Amino acid sequence: MNDLDCDEFVELVTAFRDGALDADAERRFVEHLAVCEGCTRYLEQFGQTIRTVGRLPADSLPDEVRLGLLAAFHDRPA
Amino acid sequence: MALPRDDLPPDHVLVARLRDRDEAAFTLLLDAWSGGMLRLARSFVSTSDSAAEVVQDAWLGVIEGIEGFEGRSSLKTWVYRILVNTAKRRGAREGRSVPWSSLVPGADDGPTVDPGRFQGPGEPYPGHWREFPAAWPSPEQETLAAEVRALVAAALAQLPDRQRIVIALRDVEGYSGDEVCSILDISPANQRVLLHRARAFVRCRLEGYYSAAPRGGDGEAAS
Repeated sequence: MNDLDCDEFVELVTAFRDGALDADAERRFVEHLAVCEGCTRYLEQFGQTIRTVGRLPADSLPDEVRLGLLAAFHDRPA
Repeated sequence: MALPRDDLPPDHVLVARLRDRDEAAFTLLLDAWSGGMLRLARSFVSTSDSAAEVVQDAWLGVIEGIEGFEGRSSLKTWVYRILVNTAKRRGAREGRSVPWSSLVPGADDGPTVDPGRFQGPGEPYPGHWREFPAAWPSPEQETLAAEVRALVAAALAQLPDRQRIVIALRDVEGYSGDEVCSILDISPANQRVLLHRARAFVRCRLEGYYSAAPRGGDGEAAS
């Protein structure tokens, strides 16, 4: 095991994904990943969570609001 | 970012068309962005109706302000900034102002994974997993199962406002960290803390769901 513990690793995942870790922290993160199956899985599940959140369907604007805005655009003063 | 961005013409084309009163261009944007704007507005105000009004007022601001758009940010970031400012004013009127200046002790600090998942000081590997996270079913379908969708929507609804707003912008709308900081006027460090906590919370909910209803995962027990 290296000098990063799993309970520290899990707090760094977002920073790692954003490339926000400094070089030393990133090296320790990657080294830990290489030897720890639990954290490898945590990182994967974190990614899967992000992709899942990204697939939520959007709400839609009520029709009358949408039509009102189209009219407002049409009628806007020059 | 793996999210599909809007399939829209480049900003300079869109802006020129809006200034030319091109209704097709406006319709395109209105339909592409209003859903996300609505969801985001909902985090600042009390009801869906007032969220719809916020989105309406933001678009009116866009119509009014498009001549003055200088292109210093992307068009979408500019539109979202108008939305957030409109939503903040509306939220304040409803007594729901979200404090952005600092992190909130209790909501925004402390471990994001239950400390009981890790070994304690008296055990062989303090700080290491007691038991690995269980495997999730791997095939990710194109469309989310209705159950998973409802679960994630409910998890987002339970988040503290600021965490929900940040995860909505980053992971639902697909903005970069820099864009989110610019839209919300928060520091990169705070943005990351809020985002990480929100993601960890949603992951934990998914974990609870997948472990209660195992469906064709590899079923391997971690040790």
